[in-house]
Amino acid sequence: MTSVISAQNLSLTFETNDGPVHALSEVTLDIAKGDFVSFIGPSGCGKTTFLRVMADLEQPTGGTVTVNGVSPGAARLARSYGYVFQAAGLYPWRTIAGNIRLPLEIMGYSRADQMQRVAKVLDLVDLNGFEKKFPWQLSGGMQQRASIARALAFDADILLMDEPFGALDEIVRDHLNEQLLQLWAKTQKTIAFVTHSIPEAVYLSTHIVVMSPRPGRVTDVITSPLPRERPLEIRDTPEFLSIAHRVREGLRAGHSYD
Amino acid sequence: MLAVGPMNIRGALDVAERSGAEIVPEGSVPRRDVRVWRLMLDNPDHVAQGYDLKRPRLPTPQQVWSELWKTTGAMVERGRTWSKRSLIYHSWITLNSTLWGFLLGTSIGILGAIAITYSRVADMSVMPWAIISQTVPIVALAPMIIVLSNQVGIEERAVPKAIISAYLCYFPVLVGMVKGLRSPAPAQLDLLKTYNASGTQSFLKLRLPASVPFLFTSLKVGIAAALVGTIVGELPTGAISGLGARILIGDQFGNPFAIWSALFAAAILAGVMVTCLDVLQRVVLSRMGMRS
Repeated sequence: MTSVISAQNLSLTFETNDGPVHALSEVTLDIAKGDFVSFIGPSGCGKTTFLRVMADLEQPTGGTVTVNGVSPGAARLARSYGYVFQAAGLYPWRTIAGNIRLPLEIMGYSRADQMQRVAKVLDLVDLNGFEKKFPWQLSGGMQQRASIARALAFDADILLMDEPFGALDEIVRDHLNEQLLQLWAKTQKTIAFVTHSIPEAVYLSTHIVVMSPRPGRVTDVITSPLPRERPLEIRDTPEFLSIAHRVREGLRAGHSYD
Repeated sequence: MLAVGPMNIRGALDVAERSGAEIVPEGSVPRRDVRVWRLMLDNPDHVAQGYDLKRPRLPTPQQVWSELWKTTGAMVERGRTWSKRSLIYHSWITLNSTLWGFLLGTSIGILGAIAITYSRVADMSVMPWAIISQTVPIVALAPMIIVLSNQVGIEERAVPKAIISAYLCYFPVLVGMVKGLRSPAPAQLDLLKTYNASGTQSFLKLRLPASVPFLFTSLKVGIAAALVGTIVGELPTGAISGLGARILIGDQFGNPFAIWSALFAAAILAGVMVTCLDVLQRVVLSRMGMRS
């Protein structure tokens, strides 16, 4: 399989008033096309920073990283990824359809194309009939779905998700996780997903990257033996529990350093 | 209403004495050294006269109201709406200058805010001067602006008035708009960056709409400031029209009715303008889907 995202000895150090902070240190990682990769680790382990480097929102201070075979900057200009933030970040003055149209307007899609794409992604995230609603009329989970639709509206084949369900309650989160897997199966995107939750990471991912803080580095990469099609009940199987256990072990090992 | 009694007691006693009444103490000069409360206690029969003086120090609300009616509604009834004695005419003159000043001040405020948001140099250089500009008393500055605009050959009185008005009004708009244009969260700006949006696009699609609620709040403060600016601008110009001129003329000719009715007219004018903006704000924000 071709590698979509490839990092070699990637390092990033923030210069702060309290001295340098090593957000990422010597991270080497490959993400293949169609993978669902979760990044898990405690706060400050650099998982979000790694995502931001891939999105060209942060500049690495060492090592190399390629996205779709080119630099993150070039990948951003080619609009090859969609980014979903922790907060849905919908514009309150735009309707749901208007929000999903935002990237399309900026990228200069034709009016007819915009309408067609909005309808298509609304269908993907199961928000049909809400296009004329304003964000405050929707629940938190629905808002986040709209924000995922916004990231899917243009043809990026990579989806970068930064704790998209972090602020939602457990039940909504389960539901959205299930939907996300269906979406992933339908669209064949490559997904990089940052999370705090072990069950979420294990349930969703083909690969789980366990990270540890200070300096941010990868302690373990687990390739999930679970099948790609996963009902929620899979979380009670021994395979699932053993992966979750390994993730927890990895997190604990990372923590023993400080 | 309560203040009218003590404020007008001396005048009332003078009038009563002249018409032959017994007053304690006698004579207006010795009375100057006596407290008003004492005078009211010693001459209880004449307190009521203070509420019906021709030239009171403080007119009663009824007197102000009837003067206000005489110079507005009554003149409309007689078909003299635009007479030089009509407060509607004077209000219109003031309103006109206020609106021009408001337009000018708002434009300066918004442009300044855009400059501050997008340029570090402007951020560091414009803001301190804007703050300094507001610490200079406008009454000191107003005559200079009028003389200056006369010197450069501007005959129209409305121009310096509008400038003074704009001078007071741009500041709240500037401050509000800077806050508004900077209100989008970093994640919002990052999102636009991932779309590779141009500066113009992120301004038009994110910063500008995000600043609208801030803008309206500032505009309401701004228009009241613009009105004050215009009235102050009318005071030292020797202007003969406008609410400020009415206040000045009333002061010079000892006509408190004119002062107070002009003051009330100004207050009503301000109230109407702020209400108009409030209605506009509701309409715009509800169209933008935002709850105000």
